[in-house]
Amino acid sequence: MAEEGIEIRLDHVTKRFPGQKAPAVDDFSMVVPAGEIVVFVGPSGCGKTTTMRMINRLIEPTSGTITIGGEDALRIDPDELRRRVGYAIQQAGLFPHFTVAQSIGIVPGLLGWDKKRIADRVEEMMDLVGLDPAEFAGRYPRQLSGGQQQRVGVARALAADPPVLLMDEPFGAVDPITRGHLQDELLRLQSELHKTIVFVTHDFDEAVKLGDKIAVLGDRSTILQYDTPDAILTNPADDTVAGFVGAGASLKALTLTRVRDVELGQAVTARADADPSTVDLRGEKFLLVLDRRDRPVRWVHQNELRRASSLASVGSPVQDSVSLQSTLRDALEAMLTEGGRAVVTGSRGEYVGTVDLATVTEFVQQLRATA
Amino acid sequence: MLEYVTDRWDRLSLQAFLHVSAVVQCTVLAAVLGVAIGVAVYRSPVGSALATALASTILTIPSFALLALLIPVFGLGADTTVVALVLYALLPIVRNTIVGLAGVDPAVSDAARGIGMSRVGVLTRVELRLAWPAILAGMRVATQMLMGIAVIAAYAKGPGLGSEVFSGLANAGSANAMNQALTGTIGVVVLALLLDGVYVLVNRLTVSRGVRG
Ligand SMILES: Nc1ncnc2c1ncn2[C@@H]1O[C@H](COP(=O)(O)OP(=O)(O)OP(=O)(O)O)[C@@H](O)[C@H]1O
Ligand SMILES: [Mg+2]
Repeated sequence: MAEEGIEIRLDHVTKRFPGQKAPAVDDFSMVVPAGEIVVFVGPSGCGKTTTMRMINRLIEPTSGTITIGGEDALRIDPDELRRRVGYAIQQAGLFPHFTVAQSIGIVPGLLGWDKKRIADRVEEMMDLVGLDPAEFAGRYPRQLSGGQQQRVGVARALAADPPVLLMDEPFGAVDPITRGHLQDELLRLQSELHKTIVFVTHDFDEAVKLGDKIAVLGDRSTILQYDTPDAILTNPADDTVAGFVGAGASLKALTLTRVRDVELGQAVTARADADPSTVDLRGEKFLLVLDRRDRPVRWVHQNELRRASSLASVGSPVQDSVSLQSTLRDALEAMLTEGGRAVVTGSRGEYVGTVDLATVTEFVQQLRATA
Repeated sequence: MLEYVTDRWDRLSLQAFLHVSAVVQCTVLAAVLGVAIGVAVYRSPVGSALATALASTILTIPSFALLALLIPVFGLGADTTVVALVLYALLPIVRNTIVGLAGVDPAVSDAARGIGMSRVGVLTRVELRLAWPAILAGMRVATQMLMGIAVIAAYAKGPGLGSEVFSGLANAGSANAMNQALTGTIGVVVLALLLDGVYVLVNRLTVSRGVRG
């Protein structure tokens, strides 16, 4: 069904803009493995966009070769090539006079699909990016929020099922919370689609979160380091990369690990309808009260418990919980809010365990040791 | 005057029709030409400035003078009228086409190319569609202008209500002179208002809801 990613290979690619002494991209060579997300990060003006745009020939390289899935990209008709390479950019670049459905249907239309197939595909894509077709199909871009526009941009890029996707700061113009959601969605999509994705950002955290590999670029698009996020975080190639990784590399490493990957602790729990006098704290200071469907509701301190006649209302509410898919960093944040341990919940919101600070410190120490 | 109009309804309605028909056809012709010129120059600032300046220069030539220049070439009659009207209509249309095309967000054009539209596709399906409200506004101004200028064209024996105005002026003092000139003038004003209404309608029908203000 869906077309999986193919390898992209850039060989000694150079771009010199007319009238400029230094090349914007200088002798760039890289293999982007099939089905992986490679993120270009680097300071503004270092040549990320230029490098990426040579892959779909929006910019023609001055010299060097680019192959996509073994095929010489410079020998394919540029319009044909671009219909086979998805392209999503900052602010989405949606056409103001096209509805959401029309926008998503453009590339299939250019490829000559019949009406029925396009309509089906549009619906499928809207579902995929989480936009209800009944509500959004007829809307124009100005009737959408920034985040919704970006979703349409991604859907448009994916509509013809291209094996390769180029994304230039696609989430650069939305607020941090929405950006986080869009990133999560991209990862979810990628786990189903396995496209080859080249993603440009200057947000290193975004790179760490999304990249299977990260290319840290310097001036003239020189590759300072091209490696997995772990390797770059724990072992930056030089001071420039270290500077770019920034302070708090360990903290960033926490965004790489999911809660399900560490060993969970267990709190003492009781149902809200249980009799307080029957609860045995087993030496713990706190009791976690669950509702009828095992969802965590309140923490009760041992002193409160001693005085309580019922568990229905004592204690302080659980402010924040994390899921098994959350990152350790989210868990750390929840701990800070909760003042102690973070409650971990399963897919239906039911209690599955806790994470505490000791688990996190231990994890960071292990990471250091293996680096 | 009412009597004057009803008595000569056949002739007047024919003249009115010819007037509107000449103006509309010349506007359409000028639109085709003007958009083509706009498309040819909008990517180059120098070309844009040149085309706008040239079209403005034409507009500064008084209509009588322009007709006088054209009559030796195209003779008396419809040809001269058409050429003069099209030339006058060019400025608002060329200028608005250039402004409209230049106003298209570069990110939108870039995305259009990036997803695989051909150059022609980007122009016709995206850029011109987005510039269309501006182009239409240019055509609307052009039409209003031509309604008046077409009156003068009667001097070159062109079609339309101008001949009423002119013969009214020529026979000043005679019994029906005043009626004639007034009928011609009021006729032009009423027709101009009607055409303007048509533009509002065309705008509703052809401008995408996504870009309508
Ligand atoms: N069309 C162009 N003509 C001339 N120079 C250009 C062009 N596009 C980019 N450049 C130059 O090439 C260099 C690299 O630009 P590029 O847009 O690739 O940077 P970037 O890494 O994407 O930066 P940012 O993070 O700000 O988007 C810059 O110095 C820029 O001025
Ligand atoms: Mg850029």
